[in-house]
Parts: sequence; structure tokens; C-alpha cells
Amino acid sequence: VNPDLASERQTASFSVEKLTAQLDGGAEHTRIRRAVVEAIECDPVFSRENQYFQSQNERYEAAVRKAVHLQKKMHEMGWTENGPEFKYIYRALSGDVAFLLHRIFMRSISVLGSDKQIAKWIPLASQYHLIGSYAQTELGHGTYLQGLETTAVFDITTQEFILNTPKISAMKWWPGDMGRSATHTVVFAQLYIHGKCYGVHPFIVQIRSLQDHSLCPGITAGDIGPKMNFEHVDNGYLMLQNVRVPRENMLNKFCEVQPDGAYVRRGSQKINYFTMTTVRISLISDEVIIPLMKACTIAIRYSVVRRQSKLKPGEQEAKILDYQTQQEKLLPQLAAAYAFHFINDYLQELFDKGYREIQRKNFDTLPELHAFSSGFKAMVTQYCTSAVEICLRACGGHGYSLLSGLPSLYTKILASCIYEGENTILLLQTARFLIKCFMAASAGQPVPPSVTYLAAVKPGKCPAKNKLDFLSPDIYTEAYQHMAVRLVSSTAAKLQDLIQSGVKKHDAWNQCTVQLVQAAKAHCHYITVKNFSETVEKLETKAGIQKIMKHLCDLFALHGIFSNAGVFLHDGYISGAQMDMVTASYLDLLAVIRKDAVPLVDAFDFTDKSLNSALGSYDGQVYQRLYEWAQKSPTNKQMSPAYERYLKPLLHNRLSKI
Amino acid sequence: EALVINDPDFQHEDLNFLSRSQRYEQAIRKSSLMVKKLREYGIADPDEIYWFKSFVHRGRPEPLDLHLGMFLPTLLTQATPEQQDRFFMPAWNLEIIGTYAQTEMGHGTHLRGLETTATYDPATQEFILNSPTVTSIKWWPGGLGKTSNHAIVLAQLYTQGQCKGLHAFIVPIRQLGTHEPLPGITVGDIGPKFGYDEMDNGYLKMDNFRIPRENMLMKYAQVEPDGTYVKPLSDKLTYGTMVFIRSLIVGDAARSLSRACTIAIRYSAVRHQSELKPGEPEPQILDYQTQQYKLFPLLATAYAFHFVGAYIKDTYCRISGDINEGDLSELPELHALTAGLKAFTSWTASAGIEECRMACGGHGYSRCSGIPDIYVTFTPSCTYEGENTVMMLQTARFLVKSYNQVSSGQRVTGMVSYLNDLSRQRIQPQHVAARTVTVRINDPVSLVEAYKARAAWFVEAAAKNLQAELNHRKSKEDAWNRTSVDLVRASEAHCHYVIVKLFTAKLSEISNAAVRAVMTELCLLYALYGISKNTGDFLQAGILTDAQITQVNQHVKELLAMIRPNAVALVDSFDFHDVHLGSVLGRYDGNVYENMFEWAKKSPLNNTEVHESFHKHLKPMQAKL
Repeated sequence: VNPDLASERQTASFSVEKLTAQLDGGAEHTRIRRAVVEAIECDPVFSRENQYFQSQNERYEAAVRKAVHLQKKMHEMGWTENGPEFKYIYRALSGDVAFLLHRIFMRSISVLGSDKQIAKWIPLASQYHLIGSYAQTELGHGTYLQGLETTAVFDITTQEFILNTPKISAMKWWPGDMGRSATHTVVFAQLYIHGKCYGVHPFIVQIRSLQDHSLCPGITAGDIGPKMNFEHVDNGYLMLQNVRVPRENMLNKFCEVQPDGAYVRRGSQKINYFTMTTVRISLISDEVIIPLMKACTIAIRYSVVRRQSKLKPGEQEAKILDYQTQQEKLLPQLAAAYAFHFINDYLQELFDKGYREIQRKNFDTLPELHAFSSGFKAMVTQYCTSAVEICLRACGGHGYSLLSGLPSLYTKILASCIYEGENTILLLQTARFLIKCFMAASAGQPVPPSVTYLAAVKPGKCPAKNKLDFLSPDIYTEAYQHMAVRLVSSTAAKLQDLIQSGVKKHDAWNQCTVQLVQAAKAHCHYITVKNFSETVEKLETKAGIQKIMKHLCDLFALHGIFSNAGVFLHDGYISGAQMDMVTASYLDLLAVIRKDAVPLVDAFDFTDKSLNSALGSYDGQVYQRLYEWAQKSPTNKQMSPAYERYLKPLLHNRLSKI
Repeated sequence: EALVINDPDFQHEDLNFLSRSQRYEQAIRKSSLMVKKLREYGIADPDEIYWFKSFVHRGRPEPLDLHLGMFLPTLLTQATPEQQDRFFMPAWNLEIIGTYAQTEMGHGTHLRGLETTATYDPATQEFILNSPTVTSIKWWPGGLGKTSNHAIVLAQLYTQGQCKGLHAFIVPIRQLGTHEPLPGITVGDIGPKFGYDEMDNGYLKMDNFRIPRENMLMKYAQVEPDGTYVKPLSDKLTYGTMVFIRSLIVGDAARSLSRACTIAIRYSAVRHQSELKPGEPEPQILDYQTQQYKLFPLLATAYAFHFVGAYIKDTYCRISGDINEGDLSELPELHALTAGLKAFTSWTASAGIEECRMACGGHGYSRCSGIPDIYVTFTPSCTYEGENTVMMLQTARFLVKSYNQVSSGQRVTGMVSYLNDLSRQRIQPQHVAARTVTVRINDPVSLVEAYKARAAWFVEAAAKNLQAELNHRKSKEDAWNRTSVDLVRASEAHCHYVIVKLFTAKLSEISNAAVRAVMTELCLLYALYGISKNTGDFLQAGILTDAQITQVNQHVKELLAMIRPNAVALVDSFDFHDVHLGSVLGRYDGNVYENMFEWAKKSPLNNTEVHESFHKHLKPMQAKL
């Protein structure tokens, strides 16, 4: 181990192993996770060492190979889809595996299909007799589902639906696993019966032959071409020309078209919406928080190995993490990784509770859960995306090498800002909920527990008298609450004013959207800070964990105030002098957390293989690893044809003249 | 432009579908052709070469960049006449292809830390070059990996047992004829990066590699045959080159952001989504306030950076005459200013390009949008030619120095002259927060004053905090480090002020009334949006009141609506050819969806109807289960 890293670990103020167990939810979970990771990483089929050198074609093939091999591996290890190991498999693979949409295909049938449909399709799918995908997004429409243009017309004479792509913008575009792999897909299309449109419904459509994998008649499908990342996934396009599927292929748990063409709706679809909202929450951990934790691990370890320039004349060059500007880049991102880990726990619990209620047919919590999932998905993905980019930039030139691992973490996480709902639109949905609750609360009506604070509008001033006061969770949580209430209430007032002055409701809404987005973010930020500080209070005081978490919580909160000073200063809740105290406390915290920075990333417990980074390895042998890895690049192993073909003639036609 | 676009020799498959090796090969092919054609057409003017080159490579880096941009110019400025005779013509004729090897694995911006050594051996009159540690391996130079046969190597010079600091040496690295590395030289490609696929950034390790004494670039410093070292006259001269290259980055920031804005704004006019009014057809997404709020401030920024880039270039040209006559008085300020502006514009443009991409939703993520490519090509400029945070701190050093001059009663000139006012204000008894609430938010000139007041406030705060740390008996370096976050903020505020000032000054030079009107809107948007994003600064410094901030936010939204009708025209004015834009979403004709489909069909994964993975993996699995 590089002595520069070893020395960082000797001075840890807390037990790294205990913190890891805390993050995993208990030492037993840590044990299982490590066992899964170990089993996957010692299997060469799952190796990712060459991934940075591979073409799109090679990445796709490797992902298919891994997916197939995984079935065997799970069987060998005795892992099942319901076992405690399952959730760690994806993490161990770093998501580099095909057929993820196959799971969505199965889930959509389980949720939207009748018992009969489930009995028919699920066994086929789980045996991989067919490979499924999920075709919702079109070239012309994404988050706005009502705008989809694919049609499914019921033909009463043959008892079939005729599916069509009426124009180019109606082509299905982006669905994963569909470009090359899938044999079946769930197509979302506008249902027409007797010329009347009944809105978007799901249909199971076979797109490729089960014999030779060729495309079925009427189907045009293929890969949509290279993207910023996800080279291993064959995101696809799909065009349908008079493709007929039997009446039974419409997923009909909630709506059915009867043989005579009668349209019947049954049961509540609300549970269906609930599933959509849970997907948003379920992606936060694997797709967003873990990449940020990896990026922090890489950037912080590298920052104690890299020495540059001198802090004091005559001394050796300083570790770059000792520079205040470097701390100010990285440590707030580290604090955010912890803050979001805890908010994720909170959301999981909230949704588990909500699910139990909904199973008892109590849908009261649904609007709140929906607002939560939208707002937090947007806030966390956006925050973490820019945090990963900050980590990348903080590694100087070497951060741009793919071998640092950071570019691929970045290009992957940034897709999360768009899939499962474009962030701006999601924030506006949360804002709609907040405005509604604020109005209700002002009128004295009851509101869901998470927003009762909106009713308690109390004008006042921040009571802090010195910089130490800002290390009190009560002080900063109050400030966040005040700010959130102010932004929600002032936007509500603005909306009211506009409407009263005769502006139409939808125009008024569009004119306030910039503020509405800001208000929704403020709400989520407040809940995150509040949850972090409440979590810290409940942590065990042993092994120094509570103390260091308290520092991170303070840092997260003060960083937010420091970087959004305007909204806190705006109505004078925090004065200019108090803002100077915030800044002072914030900068002091950087120096405090600096000492534990490496142990704090060690606690995330990523193996070197899972980081797949020359800069972030546990032993800190950065330069050696970078040099050896680069030599394996195909550009060095093969003689480039460029020399023979172009350079040589260029160089040689003049050699004779020398 | 037409010369290149209509030349069939420069056509090739869409680069997005090629592997790194293929992209490198295409770039080499085009570079070779380009050199040939430049000679054929007799193009020699630097600006014309620049345009020709950027059209051939469509704004992308290419393997000969370092040969043309660094190797040849360095020979011209730092080689003796004898050396020019020996190297320049062969290099001009591309018998010698060179690169510039400065950055090492362990050190970048901090040049004094470089570890490569060049030890003079008077017995043979040679320099012995060595890479003594892993960290001293040259790493990153463009064209080094596969293309070059020579390099200008920066190394610590040792002669007569003493280290004389960094000097430049011409080092042959590959055998002419076979292109094989010479004995003692280890050279190769550093592997895949975030972009720059067509560039063979390389590594270079030297083991007791000997070059003749005459291969040290000796126009300024010299080593005589007996090993006696002769010092150069002035070291400020190197500032000139840095200013020049950083000014290019500012121009690049403007161009890259303009391209991204062109794509995002055209696409937002083509894409229809959801409904604004119940019952009406889906509106263009550019009609949504949130979309305008994402894109129009960036459009304004792109224009602002164009003017800043032009200003720096002009200023540099103006004073380079003085420099040649030995008058270096204006150079330090320009040097400090360009360092900060390079950082400010490259940070802002990088983030802006990403926002443009996000504003294109899912399709922005596809490589066919062209924005991912613009981003990865541009964003490394936050790091190369001086890491941005380090650049900001250089500017800050100049600001603090100027502040201290003012404090000790001297006057300062140029862009920092506002610091002179600080001493006058201190005579007045009233608190700082009590003045300058007379900002008129509809008047660019008044907004320049607001930005000026913010910059002054930050510079003073940083300088005072620095002094306070020093008073706490902290060493100079420690105090500087403990104040560096404040110092960076001061530099940012200063640069922001300079940009608003230059944009505003430009308005009066525009003669066409309609153009001036729309530019004034953009200028106001740029200034007001900057305030609304940094309200904390303006409130805390007492420059604006709560009520004014509310007005600023309101006025920003009004400007969005005013700019909306001209948005597409404003990006059309950037005049990017479709080929140069390289984007399906940003096409001039707006036929987006059909062309996305055409583009996707060419993807390598679609080469066969049934992908080989089916036969290799899927079929056996299905058979087994």
C-alpha cells in the first residue's frame, strides 16, 4: 500500500468496519454482500478489465454472455430471485449485463396481466424460452405518455388487434434489449375500437422468430446506434406495419376488450401507478448513489496520492487534498453521498409502509408517495450527476482517461436525469402537490404528514449568534424549513395573483414554472437535511460513528446554505453577518472532515474490481497501474495500419530528398 | 469551407460508428491530405489554415495538432538559426513529425515539479535524458503515441552538478523509415479517454537516451561545450504564448457553446410535447418557460463569450507589438485576466453544453445529437493549459496585489481600476450596505456598476480574510491556502464583471438598430440571469434589495418571452454548416425524426439481420433451459 494512503487510514476517528455494517443495515448483510461480490468477481466471465477497450459490438456480446452465464451461476450458488443475495448481484456486476428489460417485461405482465396471462407468459419468460422488452417511449414522445402515437385497432371479425406505426415519430425508440435480443415486447399503443380512442394500453407483441431469431412479418427493428454510455445495451427501434395479435394479448387485469368490442374497466388502476412510482425510488440506490460513492472513493483516494506544488517552502510537495479548494470540491460530495444514502433508507421505509396500506385498499397516501418519488428522483439524480462530474474534474488530466473509471460513471449516471421521467417535469409534479397542500393547509384542512410544516408559517429571524450556533441541527433545519415555506407560499401567492388578474390557469402555471421547480427542490432539500440530522441522532454513539456523521450532516447542510445564499438572505431570515458565520463554520468543517476523508470512502467497501479504476484502487499504486494498464490498450498491441497506409507515404516521398 | 465540404477525398463514414483505431486512421488520412491540399491551394495565412483545418476535422482534435500548433511554433520562437536550418524545413515538409512533451504522469500545471532530467556530459558533448521515476513518464502529449518521430521534451537541466530548471530539447524518438522506437525510448498510446478518440495521446519513457548538445533549444538559455550555463534575459516572454493559447480557449468556449445552443434550440422548435392549453395541439417545447429558462441564458452567454474572445485576441495583437519592442508593462494584467477568463469561460461553457444536452431529453443522450461529442471535445480545456482552479488563484494573486497597492496609496489601472474607489469609500462613514441601491435593472450600464461593486466587495473580503489569517501568525502559504475558497470567488466575480462590461461596451458599436435591440436583450438577460443565480452575493453586499431581486427575477422571465421569437434566428446567425454541426437533432432543415432513423440503420450492431450473439449465446441457452 502506498504510504500516503496508509497514513490516512491510521488516523481514522471511527471504526470503518462498523460504519460499513451501518451502511449495509447490519453486519450480516455485509457478510452476504461480500460473499456475492467475491463469487462474481472470481469468475473470469464477469471480468470488466477490458471494458474500456471494447467496441459497442464487443460490449453487447459480453453483456449477453454474462447474462446467460449468470443463470448458471445463480443455480450453482443456490441464489434465488427472492433470496437475500439477489439484490447484491446487480451491484457486483456494476450493471454490466444484458436482459434487464426482460425483468421489466415480466414485472409489467405480473402487474398489468390477468391471472390467465400471468400463467401463460411468466413461466415462458423465466425459463428464457422468450426474451422480453418493454416498448413505451417513441421517437416523438417520452415522459408525456398521452402523446404516444402507436395505434392498436380492434378487428372484431378476426378478434385481433392490428398494431401500426402511423408515422415516423411514432416509432418505438430507446427500449433496452430490443435492438438485437428480444423476441417479445410489451408495446404501449392507443387503443381504438369502432373508431373511438380509449387511450394508451399495453399489448404483448412477438417481434422475432423463436426459431432463427429473424424479424417477424410487419416488424422493422434494430439498434438505435451509439450513445454516451450503455454500449452493452442494445437500445432499439421498432416499427409496426399491420401486425396482428390475438385479443388475449392485451394485458387485461384492469381493462378488457370483450369479443363484441365492448370496453370494460375493472378494479382500480391506482395500484398500477404505485408500481411506476416505486421504480423511480428503486433506481436511486443502484443507479445513482452507488456511482456517486464510487466517484468519491476514486477522487478522494487519488487526492491523497497525488502530490503537487508546495504548501510550505522547503517541505515535500503537498497532497492535493490538503488544498482548501480541493477539499471544497470533494468533501461536500462525500457528505451528499451519505445524505442520500440515508434519505434512500427513509424513502424505502415510507414506500414499504405505503405498500401495506395500499394492499388494504387504502389509497390515501398515494398522492404523497407520488410527489415524493418524483421530487426525490429528480433532486437526487441531478445532485449526484453534478457531484460525479465534480469528482471527475477534481482529478485533473488523469480523470479524463477512461482508465480512471470516472468518465463512464459520469456518462452512465447522467442518463438517470432523463429516464423514468424527465427531471423538470417530475419537479413540476411535486410542485403541483405542494401548492395543493399549501392551499389546503392555509384553509385549515388536513394535509399529509410530510407537508404539515407548510401550515406553520411563522415569520422570524434566524436566532444564531455565532458561527458555532450553525453547527446546531435545530438552527439549520429551521432555516431550510423557513426557506422551503417561503418559496412555496410566495409561488402560490404569485399564481393566485395572476389568476385573479384574469390570466388563464394554465398560462399562469407556465409563467410560474421556473419558481415552481425551485420550490420543489427546496422542499426535497429540506426533507433531506431534516432526515440526515434525525438519523444522526439515532445512531449509536460508540466507535465514533455518530460524531463523524454529525460532521457530515453539518457539512451537507451548510454547503447548501453557502451555495444557495440568495434564497436564505432574501427575506432577511439569515442576515449578511450570519451568512459570514455560515461560511466560516463551513470552511472549518472541511479541515475537520479532511482527516477522516479516506476512512469515510473506505467504509463504502468497494473492491478494486468493482471500482475498475487506475486512480482509485485500495493500495494507491496509481501511477504504476495506469502505466501497466495503458500498455494493454489495443492501440499498443497492434501495429496501427495508419502508419503503413498514410504516414509512411507522407514521410517517405521526401526522404529521398534529404 | 466549400472547398472542404465538396471535396470527395474528405468524405467518410459517420465517426460515431467507428472504433478508436479506425477514427485515428481516418484522422491521419485526412491530416495527410490536408497538408497536401494546403500546399496545393497555397494557403498560408494562419487564420485561413485554422479554418481549413477546422472544416477538415469538423472541430475535432487531430494527431497533427501538436506538430502544427506547438512543435513548429516552438522551433520558430526558441530555436537558434542553426537549429532552424536543421529542423524547420524537414518539419515543415513533414519528414519530421513532432510533438510537445511537457506533462508527466505525476505533474501537470505545476511545471516546476516535472522530474525528467537532461544531464550534460561534456566528454561527449551530449545530453543524457532520463525518466527517473514512474511519475516522470511523459503522459498525455497529443500525437506522441503513434504519430510522431520527434518530440520537444521539457526536462530539468543538470550541468556541472547543478540543476538549472526546465529547458526544452529536441529528441528523436522513432527511426525514420521504419517508424520503430529508437533504443532507449519506450513510447505508446495512453489508452482510451473521455473523447479525443482520434488523438493518439501518448507516453514516453527515456533511459539514458543521448542527444547532441545542439539539440537543446538555445535561442535564450545556452549550455556551452564545456558545460557553462548561460542564463536567458527575461522569463516574462513565455507569458505571451500562454496568453495567446488561453485566448484561443476562450474563443473555443464561445464556439462550442454556440454549437450546442444551435442544436438544442433548433430541436426545441421541432419537438412538440404535452399541452399548454387544454384542447390545443401539442406546443413546441421551446414555448415552455422552463425550456426557455434553460436555453436562452446560455444563448446570451455564447454571445457574451464571443465578444470576450475577440477582445482578448485584439488586446493581445495590440500589445504584442509593444512586447517585441521590450515593453512588457501591460502583459502581467493581461496574463492574469486571461488565466481567469480561460477558467471562467471553460467552466461555464462545459456546464452549458451539458445543459443543452439535457434540454434535448433522451435524444440528447444519443451520439446522433452531436452534443456528447461537443462536450467531450471541449471539456478537457478545463484542465489543459492550466487547471482551472489554479488559474483562478493566479488571477486572485493579481487582484490581491492590486488591492494591496491601492491600500498603500498607489493607483492601479486597467480592468482592476475599480479597486481605486474602495479607498475613497472607506473615508465615508456610512456602512457599505447603505449605498448603491440606485441600480436600474433595465440599464446594462447600471448593471455593469452592480457587477463592479460585487467584484470589489469580494476582492476586499478575500484580501481582508487573507490579512486576518496572516495576523493569526499563519505562514504566508498556509494563510493563502486557508483563504483560497474566498480567493476563487473573488476571481470569479472579477471575471463576471469583465464579461458584463465587455458585452455592454459592444452594444454601442452595433450600427444596425434591430441587431442592437436584440443584442441589448441578450446582454440584459446575461447580466440579470447572472444576478438571479447569485442573489446571495448582491444581497449580502448590499448592492440590491429584496424587492429589486424580485424585480430581477421577473424581468428575466419577461426577457425570455421577448427573445423567444428571435431564438432560431439568433442561432442561425452563428452560421454553422450541418456537416460541421454533426448533429441529427440540430439540422438546418429540422427533419429530425426521419434522419434519426436513417442514422440508426447504419449502426454497427445492425450490420447483420441476426446478431452473432444469438448463435453464440442465446440459442445454446434456450436449448439448455
